[in-house]
Amino acid sequence: MPTRLLLGNEALAQGALDAGLSGAYAYPGTPSTEITAYLLRSSEAAAQEIACAWTANEKTALEAALGLSYTGKRAMATMKHVGLNVAADAFVNSALTGVQGGLIINVADDPSMHSSQNEQDSRVYLELAMMPCLEPADQQEAYQAPAIAFALSEKFKIPVMIRSTTRLSHSRATVEVGKAIERNTFSLPEDSKRFILLPALARKAYQKLLDLQPALLREAEASPFTQYFEGSDHSLGLIACGVAYHYLREIVGENCEHPVLKIGQYPMPEALIEQMMSSCTQIMLFEEGFPYVESKLRGFPARTSPSILGRRTGHLPRTGELSPRIVANALGTEIPEIPKASTTPAPRPPALCPGCPHADTCKALNAVIKASGGDGRVFSDIGCYTLAALPPYNTVDTCVEMGASITMAKGASAGGLHPAIALIGDSTFTHSGMTGLLDCINENANVTLVIVDNLTVAMTGGQDSSARNRLGEICKGLGMDPAHIRVIEPLPNKHEENVAVMQEEVAFPGPSVIIAERECIQTARRNARARTQAGGAS
Amino acid sequence: MIRNIILAGVGGQGLLALAAVIGEAAMSVGMNVLQAEVHGMAQRGGVVQSHLRYATEPIHSALVNEGTAHLVLSLEPMEALRYVPFLAPEGAIVTNTAAFKNIPDYPDEEAIAREVKAHTQARLIDAPTLAKQAGAIQAANMVMLGAGSPFLGMDQEALIHGIRAAFAGKSEAVIETNLRAFQLGLAASERLAMHP
Repeated sequence: MPTRLLLGNEALAQGALDAGLSGAYAYPGTPSTEITAYLLRSSEAAAQEIACAWTANEKTALEAALGLSYTGKRAMATMKHVGLNVAADAFVNSALTGVQGGLIINVADDPSMHSSQNEQDSRVYLELAMMPCLEPADQQEAYQAPAIAFALSEKFKIPVMIRSTTRLSHSRATVEVGKAIERNTFSLPEDSKRFILLPALARKAYQKLLDLQPALLREAEASPFTQYFEGSDHSLGLIACGVAYHYLREIVGENCEHPVLKIGQYPMPEALIEQMMSSCTQIMLFEEGFPYVESKLRGFPARTSPSILGRRTGHLPRTGELSPRIVANALGTEIPEIPKASTTPAPRPPALCPGCPHADTCKALNAVIKASGGDGRVFSDIGCYTLAALPPYNTVDTCVEMGASITMAKGASAGGLHPAIALIGDSTFTHSGMTGLLDCINENANVTLVIVDNLTVAMTGGQDSSARNRLGEICKGLGMDPAHIRVIEPLPNKHEENVAVMQEEVAFPGPSVIIAERECIQTARRNARARTQAGGAS
Repeated sequence: MIRNIILAGVGGQGLLALAAVIGEAAMSVGMNVLQAEVHGMAQRGGVVQSHLRYATEPIHSALVNEGTAHLVLSLEPMEALRYVPFLAPEGAIVTNTAAFKNIPDYPDEEAIAREVKAHTQARLIDAPTLAKQAGAIQAANMVMLGAGSPFLGMDQEALIHGIRAAFAGKSEAVIETNLRAFQLGLAASERLAMHP
């Protein structure tokens, strides 16, 4: 079989293509972005006319994937962990409706918060939805996971989550790639009522989901991703989930004297866990994210035999991603000491790029806040502009989740804050900001909304923004008074006039929108290069 | 044989392309390859690093443990020093000497050079000058690949194959420029080995 050097994300995408994928939807978010980016640039996907797009948000992505599955096709929705919060309604209820064609929900968790505002563990959502989940341990398993997940999904007519974590998503390894199978043909659900979650029908669907659980457990026990390795020394048993399994192997080697249970599919393999718990005096857990399996094993009150060791007992740190060193420390294995660090390097924090339009917008906002006597606050959102929380700008006061800028500014305005300014990017606005603006309009809230339109999803590398340069029309459509939709060009030589526009709108006692429109400097550069190359080739 | 390597630099310097070349090269000679990248926020003018491991035997973790790196290969001098804790006692530091100054408190460049040279195996390379000689300033990363290649445990042929594989789809002129950059970096590095 051909071998390729692939990111975990790329392996997963190629695995889905080879497993009969018909369509994939996603909202970009680190560390999940490369899955969909890979499909969008794949000539194979294009040749097969696979439906693939960046959507307005994670909820619309998952709903579209569910609809595609309704027609019998194999579908996939992809998001980062906090994106699952946005898609949660669709996620939980799709387990009740079930699927027609196989449906995969890829969720990439970000322990250590490399590029996220929290490190929530998506496995916790499995409890709400009672959905099965695969957790690949390496890139080869990431490649295999979609085929297993689609088969499982169609066998039990239920969506399947694939959980990955940053180090798998963003590490490359050699992957053996197989052959593509045929894609499903069009077929509608035979039971026409299955997708109607009216209470009377939903109760039946819920019972069906509950009845399915023992079978899902049997599947997990027999999963190719789950394996029990017997050992001679039962003073300690080792359980590792996902990538943590390889950190463990790195330290204990191929032949470990302790029993090792590798978990790669959920619900948790209870019989295998029982086998270890009944034969070992202590059990130590290695899992990325929350002490999820650990907490279940501890029970309440915490059982005394065997003792369960892990993140909750301080044998491993409660927060942050794992590493071979953390595993070695937990096991008391000796590894080389950490050489002394040099005190010379200065920190080099992420910053807005030189020439970034957000820099000019933030300088103007600073002038407005200063003129207000420092009374105003800037409620910001998720995007590059939130880097203006750092020096030299120190412009923004909040960053919570997608869309929170507008609605928090509205609430703060009701509490007496003025100026109450919201700062949001074009794609974050179309993701979760439009409904908040509608609230502002309906309540005539005294909020000044600054939409920084750089015409792309910049922070994740320049994906298509759902706003498509139509922000003025969208705001008008929501009911904004056109007189208070202002467009400015954030450039250094327009600073004075931009400040004046902002001050006028801050003084207006009602909702106003200022669209600061200038293309992202990175995207502009890339587009210019592409134009030059296209020109050279013709 | 097992090699643990830390690649260091600043966003936009071509670090991930460098990682791709070494990864392709190691794969082409049948080795197991693991390489961890940092994406997202860290790319915005911030620190970029990649952990690269390859071996003839099975390897599990893409992350290099502190105290075990055979080589810190850096596209920026201050960044080289940031990863000193990863070096094995006999490990080498090979770094570009051109500073990337996007912070107000960048340390004294001569002090950085002195500190790098204090390591038993250290090579400082003026990569931009050699890259310009090769034909394109953007090829500085391939200059550094050449400079670091004596510590990679792979023959030149594999690395040249890696360059061709990683730049597949680019014009032959671009590939030739990168190959020249590689050779100039290697020659400069070998000169330093003779007369440090």
